[in-house]
Amino acid sequence: MKITPEVLEQHRISGEEYARIIDLMGREPNLTELGIFSVMWSEHCSYKSSRVHLRRLPTEGECLVQGPGENAGIVGIGNGWCAAFKIESHNHPSFIEPYQGAATGIGGILRDIFTMGARPVAALNSLRFGPIRDTDITEGVETATGRTIARNRRIMGGVVKGLGDYGNAFGVPTIGGEVYFDRCYSLNPLVNAFALGLVRRERIFYGKAEGVGNPVIYVGAKTGRDGIHGATMASAEFDEAAMEKRPTVQVGDPFSEKLLLEACLEAMRANAILGIQDMGAAGLTSSSCEMGARAGTGIEIDLDLVPQRETGMTAYEMMLSESQERMLLVTEKGRERQVLKIFERWDLDAVVIGRVTDDQKLRVRHRGEVVAEIPNAALTDEAPRYHRPMTPMVIDRSDAGPAVVAAVAKFGEEIGATSRGETMNEILRRLVGSPIIASKEWVYRQYDHMVRTNTVVLPGSDAAVIRVKETRHSLAMSVDANGRYCRLDPREGARLAVAESARNVVCSGARPLAVTNCLNFASPERPEVMWSFSETIDGMAEACGRLGTPVTGGNVSFYNETEGRGIDPTPVIGMLGLVEEAKHVTTQWFSENGDAILLLGLTRSDFGASEVQSLLIGDSFGAVPRLDLDLELAVQKATLEAIRRGLVRSAHDCSEGGLAVALAESCFSSYRRQATGATIDLGAHAELSGLTDATTLLFAESPSRIVLSLASKNVAEVIAIAAEAGAPCAIIGHVAVGQMAVGQMAVGQMAVGQMAAEKLKIDLGGESLIDAEVGDLEREWRRVLPEHLDHELDR
Amino acid sequence: MKFGVVVFPGSNCDHDTYHVISKVVGQPVNFIWHKEENVEGYDAIILPGGFSYGDYLRTGAIARFSPVMRAVTNFARSGGLVLGICNGFQILCEAGLLPGGLLRNRDLKFHCEHVSIRVERTDTPFTIDYREGEVLSIPIAHGEGNYFCDEQTLADLESGGQVIFRYCDIDGRITDEANPNGSLGNIAGICNRERNVLGLMPHPERAAESVLGSRDGRAMFFSIADYLTERLKKRA
Repeated sequence: MKITPEVLEQHRISGEEYARIIDLMGREPNLTELGIFSVMWSEHCSYKSSRVHLRRLPTEGECLVQGPGENAGIVGIGNGWCAAFKIESHNHPSFIEPYQGAATGIGGILRDIFTMGARPVAALNSLRFGPIRDTDITEGVETATGRTIARNRRIMGGVVKGLGDYGNAFGVPTIGGEVYFDRCYSLNPLVNAFALGLVRRERIFYGKAEGVGNPVIYVGAKTGRDGIHGATMASAEFDEAAMEKRPTVQVGDPFSEKLLLEACLEAMRANAILGIQDMGAAGLTSSSCEMGARAGTGIEIDLDLVPQRETGMTAYEMMLSESQERMLLVTEKGRERQVLKIFERWDLDAVVIGRVTDDQKLRVRHRGEVVAEIPNAALTDEAPRYHRPMTPMVIDRSDAGPAVVAAVAKFGEEIGATSRGETMNEILRRLVGSPIIASKEWVYRQYDHMVRTNTVVLPGSDAAVIRVKETRHSLAMSVDANGRYCRLDPREGARLAVAESARNVVCSGARPLAVTNCLNFASPERPEVMWSFSETIDGMAEACGRLGTPVTGGNVSFYNETEGRGIDPTPVIGMLGLVEEAKHVTTQWFSENGDAILLLGLTRSDFGASEVQSLLIGDSFGAVPRLDLDLELAVQKATLEAIRRGLVRSAHDCSEGGLAVALAESCFSSYRRQATGATIDLGAHAELSGLTDATTLLFAESPSRIVLSLASKNVAEVIAIAAEAGAPCAIIGHVAVGQMAVGQMAVGQMAVGQMAAEKLKIDLGGESLIDAEVGDLEREWRRVLPEHLDHELDR
Repeated sequence: MKFGVVVFPGSNCDHDTYHVISKVVGQPVNFIWHKEENVEGYDAIILPGGFSYGDYLRTGAIARFSPVMRAVTNFARSGGLVLGICNGFQILCEAGLLPGGLLRNRDLKFHCEHVSIRVERTDTPFTIDYREGEVLSIPIAHGEGNYFCDEQTLADLESGGQVIFRYCDIDGRITDEANPNGSLGNIAGICNRERNVLGLMPHPERAAESVLGSRDGRAMFFSIADYLTERLKKRA
């Protein structure tokens, strides 16, 4: 077949890139070779638009064992144990086929972890969908373009079920995550899957093809025609014809993956493996050329030996197939039998399909002929890198406060409120009932979050925490992003995401260790998008640098746009933290009657892209919350020190919806814990912040604020710790538990009907701003997702 | 005494169960590979949770044909103790060691959450350390836990005292709201007529250490150990 301009276009190879291919090869490629180039040079595999920027991220730290460039990043967690972790996107496939797209997303990230010798022990995910409530969509404009509520619900239902079914069967607990809703994700859902595994430091495996003459072994599922060009698909924007791309979505089989995990770990324990890499994007192609490139060797494979699910597959199809649950490994010559026997025991295909060579080339044979022969470097290091043009956006740094305050007054009139307190109560009720803030139990109940019996903090608190049975430590994890902040100011948005994820981890009693990230953006070919990407990197770099949390790797997902409409810049930060002692593990929930409630940090007029702005005005504008990293560090330091000294009973950060929402969340019931009330007076905090405005104090989204509850006898010591750390600290009230009969300590939602007695009261200068029954707020908070999502799945 | 935990391809609570027996109960325990045809030397065998053979056809439907299940069946018929947890319960039903079967949850969704179950009978080797009517907080994690059988079987189970655990509210009341999956009679666990084979959907091994929020499940494993200790004493 002749390589024509049409063929190049189908492969998304530009004229310039083709010239470069010819130059690197010293001849014209054949079709199979062109296919190989097209996937390896795709944005998804080559990071050609992002690489020049990613260099600016801090990638060094004392805990770091393996930084970016391998299948996953690795940090030391003490006693010779390491945590391998990474986050990856599966956005495009999840839009085309939500269930399988999401399932193979978690499947892929799990393989990345156990490829390194680490048994996966935790999964999290960060999900973004279009609105699921009729009131959140503009009829006509949106629906005319297929951005319908029903479709968003179906996508969400399918994604959650896909993640659940795969992770549950594989046997990894999905212990936390986040779910957001915004119109920009209507036809561009984001599915970012995070996984973490544990490995002994001396037992880490790498994706290297070492030792010339060593056999190359294919293990796992058979190769089929599924997923061909998946990586290329993930490197293009969508249009109406997107559904025609369904065949490019792979089909996941968690059962095979579970067998593959056990067999690989067994082979690793037997010292039978020299190098190993999973066949993810670009399957056989990427694994073979990358393993060769890393070791400075070459790999020669014979496709006739590859286990195949279908007959008559061409070399092109086999090299580009993205069939799931496959691995490529290299063993020492003479030990093939041992490896094959282990895989046989697990009923998996394992075949020697080639050998390591010394010529630094990827050579592919099929039916007795060499069908592709390409220098590894041409596919990896020599792949194009672009300094794409960038156009800065004008950033609105005006205070959005006055507009929100005016909107609050207007809202009060609309609902016929007779007092300011009535208005504030109704705003709080609506905020806790907004899908972004509402309980995500509908989602995490579908995930097995307890398998492996390590989950010490169940989903729903600031960070997920697992114990590490082999050590005294626990690990805390959080994934965070806020696309709306980034829409208005990408650099600030990225800093805020890093700070929030660290704060979440600190609230659970952990010291932040390191970061992985998933950068979701629209087309890099648009200069304003590329600029926002560059800003995001600088924001992340600054915050990670100051917080001392190096970036260990991650993933870039461009082209998240459909019919010319892109998503907001959405950098998702996955933060890992270490809890030294099990007794330091802390949750967000108030527990004891009479406990003092303290607020660390300051409140400012931070309303740009806030929840209350979105609720009352339906738009996002103005300056996003200002993050002072010195203040952030001081607040985190004070919190962690107070937790470590055993002084704190709960810690919760203020994020979406501000302080009022944070206080309500700390009151809500949780497992084996009845809901509590709280009596708050904001006077001291208002004075410290130099503020008098009620709306600001209740709903502004100033970062670097943490709500602590503690026994009153510990107040003086915590205040001293805060002063020492330089963190502003005010006593704002106490936990108030009503007259519930003893013995009614209840399980989660079953308690909802029984807690009318508890009240959240917030006063300022003698005026009642909030006087709400916690039970009412909690019902509202729990009601939203089931009401909009149940019964949608099977339609 | 010796415990065995069967490892089917796709079992994923095998390590958790092993951990509880060895670290919490402190008894000797081995993994038993599904291709094993001989289970001599064991006193109690546990079929752990998971997705045996992917559960693709129907939960437990393929596992029942694995070589180890012939051995486990003989072991049970000769009086050995067999505990099936979650997928293990499903396999025991498919293998005919327990009556009835498990359908999809009535809301067709996977549920992972802590539920309350009431101990109905303490006259089994698995429940001697509990009090009758005791309410336990134990997690479930399943998509197919909706216990079903024909009317006659249900009547036999009830009259034979074979219903060992029922889903209840926190005060021990058997209500429909407290039924997470639609099981007949709120059934969470049953035993066979001989009372040496028990299956339940909740995961006692996930509620055996206070760090995980509940230790209500550990008495199930201690019951087995205590029962076996007594039995071994009698034999000696």
